Amino acid sequence: MLSPEELREIESEFPHYPNKQAVCIDAMKIVQKHRGWVSDENLKDIAELLGMSVDELDGVATFYNLIFRKPVGRHVIMVCDSVSCWVMGYERLRKELKNRLGIQMGETTADGRFTLLPIVCLGACDRAPAMTVDEDLHLNVDPQKLDGVLEKYK
Amino acid sequence: MEKVLTKNIQPDLPYVDVKAYEATGGYQGLRKALGMTPAEVVEVVKQSNLRGRGGAGFPTGMKWSFVPMGADAPRPKYLVANADEMEPGTFKDRLLMEGDPHQLVEGMAVAAYAIQADVAYIFLRGEYLFSAERLRRAIAEAYENHYLGKNILGSGYSLEMYIHLSAGRYMCGEETGLLNALEGKRANPRTKPPYPQVSGLFGKPTIVQNVETLCNVPHIVKNGADWFKSLSYTQDGGTKIYGASGKVKRPGLWELPMGTTIREILEVHAGGMQDGVRFRGLLPGGASTDFLVEEHLDVKMDFTEVAKVGSRMGTGTMIILDNQTCPVGMVRNLEHFFAQESCGWCTPCWSGLNWAEKALTALEEGQGQPADLEHLSFICNLCAPGNTFCALAPGAVEPLQSALKYFREDFDRHIAEKRCPWSSQ
Amino acid sequence: MTKVYVDNRPFEVRPDQCMLQACLTLGFDLPYFCWHPALGSVGACRQCAVKQYKDENDKKGRIVMSCMTPVAEGLRISIHDPEVVAFRAAIIEGLMESHPHDCPVCDEGGECHLQDMTVMTGHNYRRYRFNKRTFRNQDLGPFVNHEMNRCIQCYRCVRYYREYAGGRDLKEFSMRNQVYFGRYEDGTLENEFAGNLVEICPTGVFTDKTLKRHYTRKWDLQFAPSICVHCGLGCNTSPGERYGSLRRIVNRYHGELNGYFLCDRGRFSYEFVNSERRVRQPLLRQDNGLRPTSKAAVLDRLKSILAFGKVLGIGSPRASLEANFALRALVGAERFFAGTAPAEQRLTSLMLQILREGPARTPSLHEIELSDAVLILGEDVTQTAPRMALALRQSVRQQTFQIAEKLKIPLWLDHAVREAVQEEKGPLFIAAPYVTRLDDVARETYRAAPQEIARLGFAVAHALDGSAPEVAGLSEELRNLAGRVAQALRDAKRPLVVSGPSLNSESVIYAAANVASALCRAGKPAGLSFTTPECNSVGLNLMGARPLAEAMEAAQKGEVEALVILENDLYRRAPRQQVDALLKGAKHVIVLDSLLTPTASQAEIVLPAGTFAESDGTLVNNEGRAQRFFQVFVPQGDIRESWRWLREMMIAAGRREAAALETLDHVDEALAQALPALAAVTKAAPSASFREAGAKIPRAPHRYSGRTAMHANINVSEPKPPDDPDSPLSFSMEGYPDQPPSPLIPFFWSPAWNSIQAVNKFQEEIAGPLRGGDPGVRLIEPTPGSEANGAYRGAPPEAFSVREEERFFVPLYHIFGSEELSQQAPAVAELIPKPYIAIATEDAARLQLKEGDEAEVRLNGSTQRLAIRLREEMPKGLAGLPVGLPGVETVELPAWGKITRV
Ligand SMILES: Cc1cc2nc3c(=O)[nH]c(=O)nc-3n(C[C@H](O)[C@H](O)[C@H](O)COP(=O)(O)O)c2cc1C
Ligand code: SF4
Ligand code: FES
Repeated sequence: MLSPEELREIESEFPHYPNKQAVCIDAMKIVQKHRGWVSDENLKDIAELLGMSVDELDGVATFYNLIFRKPVGRHVIMVCDSVSCWVMGYERLRKELKNRLGIQMGETTADGRFTLLPIVCLGACDRAPAMTVDEDLHLNVDPQKLDGVLEKYK
Repeated sequence: MEKVLTKNIQPDLPYVDVKAYEATGGYQGLRKALGMTPAEVVEVVKQSNLRGRGGAGFPTGMKWSFVPMGADAPRPKYLVANADEMEPGTFKDRLLMEGDPHQLVEGMAVAAYAIQADVAYIFLRGEYLFSAERLRRAIAEAYENHYLGKNILGSGYSLEMYIHLSAGRYMCGEETGLLNALEGKRANPRTKPPYPQVSGLFGKPTIVQNVETLCNVPHIVKNGADWFKSLSYTQDGGTKIYGASGKVKRPGLWELPMGTTIREILEVHAGGMQDGVRFRGLLPGGASTDFLVEEHLDVKMDFTEVAKVGSRMGTGTMIILDNQTCPVGMVRNLEHFFAQESCGWCTPCWSGLNWAEKALTALEEGQGQPADLEHLSFICNLCAPGNTFCALAPGAVEPLQSALKYFREDFDRHIAEKRCPWSSQ
Repeated sequence: MTKVYVDNRPFEVRPDQCMLQACLTLGFDLPYFCWHPALGSVGACRQCAVKQYKDENDKKGRIVMSCMTPVAEGLRISIHDPEVVAFRAAIIEGLMESHPHDCPVCDEGGECHLQDMTVMTGHNYRRYRFNKRTFRNQDLGPFVNHEMNRCIQCYRCVRYYREYAGGRDLKEFSMRNQVYFGRYEDGTLENEFAGNLVEICPTGVFTDKTLKRHYTRKWDLQFAPSICVHCGLGCNTSPGERYGSLRRIVNRYHGELNGYFLCDRGRFSYEFVNSERRVRQPLLRQDNGLRPTSKAAVLDRLKSILAFGKVLGIGSPRASLEANFALRALVGAERFFAGTAPAEQRLTSLMLQILREGPARTPSLHEIELSDAVLILGEDVTQTAPRMALALRQSVRQQTFQIAEKLKIPLWLDHAVREAVQEEKGPLFIAAPYVTRLDDVARETYRAAPQEIARLGFAVAHALDGSAPEVAGLSEELRNLAGRVAQALRDAKRPLVVSGPSLNSESVIYAAANVASALCRAGKPAGLSFTTPECNSVGLNLMGARPLAEAMEAAQKGEVEALVILENDLYRRAPRQQVDALLKGAKHVIVLDSLLTPTASQAEIVLPAGTFAESDGTLVNNEGRAQRFFQVFVPQGDIRESWRWLREMMIAAGRREAAALETLDHVDEALAQALPALAAVTKAAPSASFREAGAKIPRAPHRYSGRTAMHANINVSEPKPPDDPDSPLSFSMEGYPDQPPSPLIPFFWSPAWNSIQAVNKFQEEIAGPLRGGDPGVRLIEPTPGSEANGAYRGAPPEAFSVREEERFFVPLYHIFGSEELSQQAPAVAELIPKPYIAIATEDAARLQLKEGDEAEVRLNGSTQRLAIRLREEMPKGLAGLPVGLPGVETVELPAWGKITRV
């Protein structure tokens, strides 16, 4: 069941588009904002709300990389793996993160604190390597800075 | 030189509110436009030689002139700001949206007026949350001040503006993929013709325009086409936001006259290479442009001049390759991106880029074979413009084909040494 | 016509198509995947590339996709330019990157479009040496098998399933080289036309799951041109047999009828032919049971029974014209009865009378697709005439094409058209007592009792033409609706009215006819299409049989010595007591049937009749088109065509004229003579004496293997192939090697085209008629000149009024469950609903009934217990009883009945 809050937010998108299906990406993102990810059940609820089949909605969901169809940790780290960051030391940063968190890319720490994912160019190429944790952008992240950054997310 | 797009933008990016924006001439362009006929607005933009800043450089005024006008034109009509900025190495639109969001809002209002659009969307990259916040504020202020909404500034013209935050995919930046994404569908590209100008979003006439392109529009209307052309060193009018990333001393963005040389951007503005590394080449305008090398440094950065030397200005944000970075590894990184972002619609792209990525990975891991290099060239031909459904794959093979041309010996070394010569072991 | 150049040779081609279609029509072998003649162009696979040149001086040219290139005057292309040949080879190499190369174990092998195209482009060596992407497969239900690793991402499946057939539970997921085509989760595909995926998919991803259980390669199957026997539309099929069992059915293209597609009932019901319940030997009642006996013994017995007069024959709407005629010949025209429910016979006669008198003409399915405004009165078409629903689904696109035309988008440019049109739909109005499977594309639906549906129809006719009968006491709401329907029909270029006997309501049929007449009077070329319940309902009716009720009366009076029942389970036609009385009333009951039906079980003698796959004959579809079906294989033992059994009975009864009825042609000639309305049946297909280049048409592909060995367990010397005195087809792979006339095409094959897409080579133009014209002859055309005087018929019924204590029961139909023969196919049986009664949710509350509750239903003197199913949309006071469903008694409907909780 979608929460009243989620419903309200989704419905407030309706006037922006001429039909309901057009809201589907916004709707999934709204649910994800509240729950961290979009479960099968959420998907069904959204599909019903928008007059779509769940197959149609999942076809859309699985196209995009910012819709999570599996649970994630409390905080999601997304490390830019595109060219400028790669030139500026992405691989070192990734290794460092994997070591510190003890997980591979795409995994969540055992305590459910962090999920580690790659992301494409964050548009911060002049301050590479870059990564985001939840909604925050972190720039020029060298391994020394990493401790300080991770510290903020409990 | 005169700063046009970035004159309000400070290094620490304070919010430029509507009052501050107005104080430096903001919304004058819109006021002036509303006093003109839509056709006049289109005409001045046409005269200015403004070319699209999203990468392809299509003449903006001409694009607008294809939109059906008049009483029996299909309605509603749409304007979409392409703020998807996902081309690796590109970070200019973010600056414009964070640093001076009203400029985009005004640009959109003017462009929308020119084509008599009813609704405008900002199609914004999902990760650009800070931009989203600023744009929301700016849009709200614009509504309050009657720059948006019903009967704008008493002109009788009305426009609604909404932000759509993308769920992420490079294909959303391709203008027809973007339309599908906005309709809540998979961002596969659409058949052209019909062009979006006649049958676009929700089947209605639609203009999709890059953020930087739109930001230029109010200034052109306000100051005239000749003024705009005079800003540029070359035929292509105006200023351009150039950028550089990689191992240069001062990576960043600079607004400079269109046609500034690569050398000036690299050596003067970016401060040259970092100590201890040497320049080997660059991608002039994002990941999907061909490598240029030393001999091209004096080329003027504009759409025409860069094309003459076999590359594209693209987004004008350069990515620098240095001698401590493996060109094969860099290309592998690029092709990984493109293969991953292929929408999966047309065969050359989804199969060719997958193969290219796998072959480059094999090379990097010391498993490469001479036939792989041949096959990489083969894939470049396979994905040539016209062979694929959209421009993603042709763009994707640009860095690959040029790397094979300029860094061939590095590819050969990977095979001969059965390892990446840059790898630490 | 437009002049184009292909490799410098000039050709005249039709202008409204793409170059791919033009090239295929010209006979060029140009490979393609994502394009399909019914689906149009989307330019995804890039396989159909050609070179295009600016003019004759342009030597370089550029690569374009032929499927995306419109025919244009003076256009120059090359198919054979080396650069584009290499490009096409590169494309297929890419498509095959992750293909498992598992042709030897793949069900598609030997009839695979991908194999054909791979050979055509010359790709034969895999250079890709990296890991392939792999997928997990899904269980998609009893019909369709899923093997995703073979996918080449051509998108045809989802385009067909979603965009063409309106299915919503198949979709593409993910992206890049990992696009997955399937359902959100495992489960039976919901769309009734899912089986076409088997043919739409150019590879082995979607294959026929029923075939898998007794798999045989296409080249090892023996085929015959056949007609589907599972509804009244007469879709053309191509069944395949090996070792005496039927293995599968595929579509047999017919330009006017089924085109490229069948419904799942038509495709997957063939297994009743292999059923355990088949009667394979003559059965004789002895010691209170039916015991197998010899043919000689049974004929001997029949001789003594038939020696007495008073032999009544009961014909069948699911038996061929020839079988019914032979029965009529045996018993005499005055003792020949229609084996259909009385109402059905009455309504069929009425419908045929209307169609014959005109003014409206009955359209073919293809013409239905082209209709641009449709009113459906009282039919859930998907359940009663499934393939028509698929045609109607296309009709709602017709008006929207104007949007595309205004934008100068060619109609074959499929996605561009759909993107321009968006959700816009042309007018389709559906009036039925319940939700129908076409409601999703309807502009408006009207859910009401049959009387109200008829009143709507009458009101529409009156709105179109004030001289049509007026409906008294019409509600404001209904008047407005009628006005909107009338307006939409009047504004259309090719309006269509669809109705039928589903609701057993004469008024509904009159209403439909009146709407069509009113349109005709207004100068519109209106179509009027009636569904008919069974494969030969029309044919039987045209023979003019007496009503079943009269046979019952005769039996009651003890006037019946013997009753010969042809391929008919009378328990499906009338209430149990009535049928019991009829069967008991006759001294001898003789049943000819393929299955041991409840009726056959009561007989004294049962003769093993051939199914459609073991017989030849002619069926007349709802459009009045007589079509011939041919024997696929010679059954073992005593199974034979009903008409042959009946002839033997005539001989046994000492009827001399029977000697002349030796072959099917003889029967047809006699039939044509005796029944002028059916005189044209002899033209439905070439007669048995027809030869191409002196040879018969082979039923088996020339690669048919094992013929010398397949009977070695019986006899080591190879038997002579069976003779076929009834048709110009041979039971062999020998014979005329090229294309036969269209009614005689057993299967589609052409050099280099092993898949069903070989049909390209059999058409006059791609997606057009088969060479020499589509099969069949139309027997029914409106009387010329009737436009002027076509009088309005019938009168509007009284308004429906709800009763306090009773519900008005209407019949409900199920594509899987309501039809008799398909129930015996195991795959179909899996999808048959449990017996139930449907009632309006509103009424259920008052009766304190919940979903699934058991209730007692008293209807027309019968009482049965059934589970309750709530139907939200059903109007108050109505209830529904599924027709023909196993476990539901036959009752005459509609009728008032009482539901009580138990
Ligand atoms: C794969 C692909 C991605 C693209 N991404 C962007 C983008 O992120 N932003 C953008 O402005 N243009 C992008 N473009 C270009 C757009 O298709 C389109 O040309 C542009 O938005 C038009 O605006 P302009 O004329 O103002 O440049 C992309 C093109 C392709 C083929
Ligand atoms: S080139 Fe083809 S597969 Fe690649 S993104 Fe464009 S349409 Fe999709
Ligand atoms: S058939 Fe032309 S691109 Fe697929």
